[in-house]
Amino acid sequence: MAMILNDDQSMLKDSAREFMKSEAPTTHFREFRDKECKDGFSHGLWKQFAEMGFTGILIPEDEGGLGLGHVEAGIVLEEVGRNLSPSPFLTTSVAAVEALKSAGKNMRERWFPGIISGETVIGLAIDESAKHRPANTACKAERSGNGFKLTGAKQFVVQGASSDMLIVAARTAGSEGETSGLTLFAVEKDAAGMSMDPVRLVDSAVAAHIDLNGVEVTADAVIGEVDDGWSVLTKILDAGRTGAAAEMVGVGSGAMDMTFDYLKQRKQFGKVIGEFQALQHRAAHLYGEMEMARSVVLKAQNFLDDGDERGELYTAAAKAKAGLACNLSVREGLQMHGGIGMTDEYDIGLYMKRDRALNEFFGDAYFHADRVATMNGY
Amino acid sequence: MTDLETFRSETRAWLEENCPAEMRKPARGDDDICWGGRNVVFQSDAQKQWLEVMAERGWTVPDWPTEYGGGGLSRQEAKILRTEMAKMKCRSPLNSFGIWMLGPALLKFGTEEQKKHFLPQIARGEIRWCQGYSEPGSGSDLVSLQTFGEDKGDHYEVNGSKIWTSYADKADWIFCLVRTNKEDKYQGISFMLYDMTNEGVTTKPILLISGASPFCETFFDDVKVPKSYGEGISSVVGEFNRGWDVAKYLLGHEREMISGMGGDGGTASLGAGFKDVMASEPVLRAQMALFDVDGLAFRSHSERFMDEWKSGTGHPAYSNLMKYIGTELNKSRHELVMAMGGSDALEWESEASKGGSKARNWLRTKANSIEGGTSEVMLNVVSKRILEMPGG
Repeated sequence: MAMILNDDQSMLKDSAREFMKSEAPTTHFREFRDKECKDGFSHGLWKQFAEMGFTGILIPEDEGGLGLGHVEAGIVLEEVGRNLSPSPFLTTSVAAVEALKSAGKNMRERWFPGIISGETVIGLAIDESAKHRPANTACKAERSGNGFKLTGAKQFVVQGASSDMLIVAARTAGSEGETSGLTLFAVEKDAAGMSMDPVRLVDSAVAAHIDLNGVEVTADAVIGEVDDGWSVLTKILDAGRTGAAAEMVGVGSGAMDMTFDYLKQRKQFGKVIGEFQALQHRAAHLYGEMEMARSVVLKAQNFLDDGDERGELYTAAAKAKAGLACNLSVREGLQMHGGIGMTDEYDIGLYMKRDRALNEFFGDAYFHADRVATMNGY
Repeated sequence: MTDLETFRSETRAWLEENCPAEMRKPARGDDDICWGGRNVVFQSDAQKQWLEVMAERGWTVPDWPTEYGGGGLSRQEAKILRTEMAKMKCRSPLNSFGIWMLGPALLKFGTEEQKKHFLPQIARGEIRWCQGYSEPGSGSDLVSLQTFGEDKGDHYEVNGSKIWTSYADKADWIFCLVRTNKEDKYQGISFMLYDMTNEGVTTKPILLISGASPFCETFFDDVKVPKSYGEGISSVVGEFNRGWDVAKYLLGHEREMISGMGGDGGTASLGAGFKDVMASEPVLRAQMALFDVDGLAFRSHSERFMDEWKSGTGHPAYSNLMKYIGTELNKSRHELVMAMGGSDALEWESEASKGGSKARNWLRTKANSIEGGTSEVMLNVVSKRILEMPGG
């Protein structure tokens, strides 16, 4: 697959860009932040995502979706990132859909239509500690009657309290740290024994701490195979990580463009500050880092779409590089804006907050650099 | 099968049959690299044979037109050939500044007669070229160059000196930037071709910190350069006094070439070769992991750059960015190699160190971000031309 967008992809990029810019720019983000919305996103906007066809972007065509791939999902996510458009797109339409593709017919028919129509939100209950360590899952799922009983605690479940269903990773065998013995469950929002504590994060998103106190689910709630949840989890995580990386390319690019515009306007010492070589070199370096991030993210998406075995390695590299580059972009952006960068009125700070959260989501740059090392045998 | 798949399988079969086994082993040193030229000394029959069969097929310059000694391959076919050669670890049959630099300039700016005369010699490796750009007083500010060619009727009389002329002492001919008008800084330079055996040309190798001498000082004292080498074969490429356009175009090519260096090792992770060292050095391992992330990113980026370049969608100044990233990354790579090697890597002459190859290669890489435009100049260009930052 060539490393350039084809005509259809370019058209999608144009329409996603136009849509986010007009329907969900940073003013939209601010509106939802300031009204302290319990969801942290607009259900109306999510419906509009559906009208654009974005919600079913990864769902096969014969099941009502667009049947497109990670490159296309990434195109939408980049624009989401560039505009800080709050939505459940990454968790629901990218990561959760990737999980449900491994589920049986009943479960797909249960959830795909609602995702496609923009009515359904799905959360990911994977993390159990402040750092993303999926193999360390301790949450237990014990056989109980015809099904399972889930016990444990989850955190950083983004939009968890707004979700109609949660995909819960739990241990049916083995011990903490082992990748075998995990099983994924679809747990509906009103399940008895599940309690949630939604908390607002630095980027104004709402994520839940979740307690599972003997939550009963039937055997039909299992996504994939019992004890082999890792293989599905890997797909969810690869999709989520590549998606988060694409969103960070958008966040970093948005911050970078805003900063470069500022360098061309702000005057000090009788000059536009963009004339100073000290800033020009930093700007050019930043541009290069963002370009590298964009390329490795596209490569990872291509590999995932092709089913190439290198997808996992490149996904780790993409999440790491996008995280480092986006982080550089928001830090340089704030510094180059000077004092006004510290004010709430200017958007650059919003980008810094969003970068921080996206860097942590699905594992930070250090976690993924470590995975690159491990996959390379050291 | 599609045409390209057919081409791939045929290419693979042809390489299997024609690439000598010895040419599928990595080069052990500079001597194993074939540069061609009038005074070429082949290291082995296999090296000679490999050059001959590849030149015969036009595959020393696969994407040049066949009438100029090329293979006439499309860009997809050329990419397939490169990939298949890499898979079989085939050595490059011919390294040449003629292929990398002069050829592209002639293809873009040359007359039909110039192309027919010079390009096939390059493709067959008959003439070894060197590049005369930098001067002692004109490094980053190349356009201030002062080597002067005075019009003497049927010839130019060239006086001046060049520096950092790669392999000038081994080259047969030079493509040289010569001032032909002292009044006009940019439109007063011509891109001139002449024979290094001309009277008045002398070269002096420069000893570098790596102990090697790939570069020379080159002096021109009343060198007579004919205006023409035959009907339509001017010694000046492109318009007279417009050599700066040719030079800029070529610098783009040079930057592209140098920028590829960060990717050496292909898919391989640098860290994979140093497991034992890293097992007891977590901080070094962390540095290596971050380097490998950059390595994968750069590899992807080079691929995107090439795809954009060839589809004509890339920014014309983009090779400056590639050069900056690629060379800085290559320097980091060799810093890590030295750190991994510890005191073993310090050995300068021992057999165990292959004559100090790690240390010498490490030192060599320090020039990467200086030659062909410094990193600082690259950042200036990126900032002004791509990011459109204000100011002169």
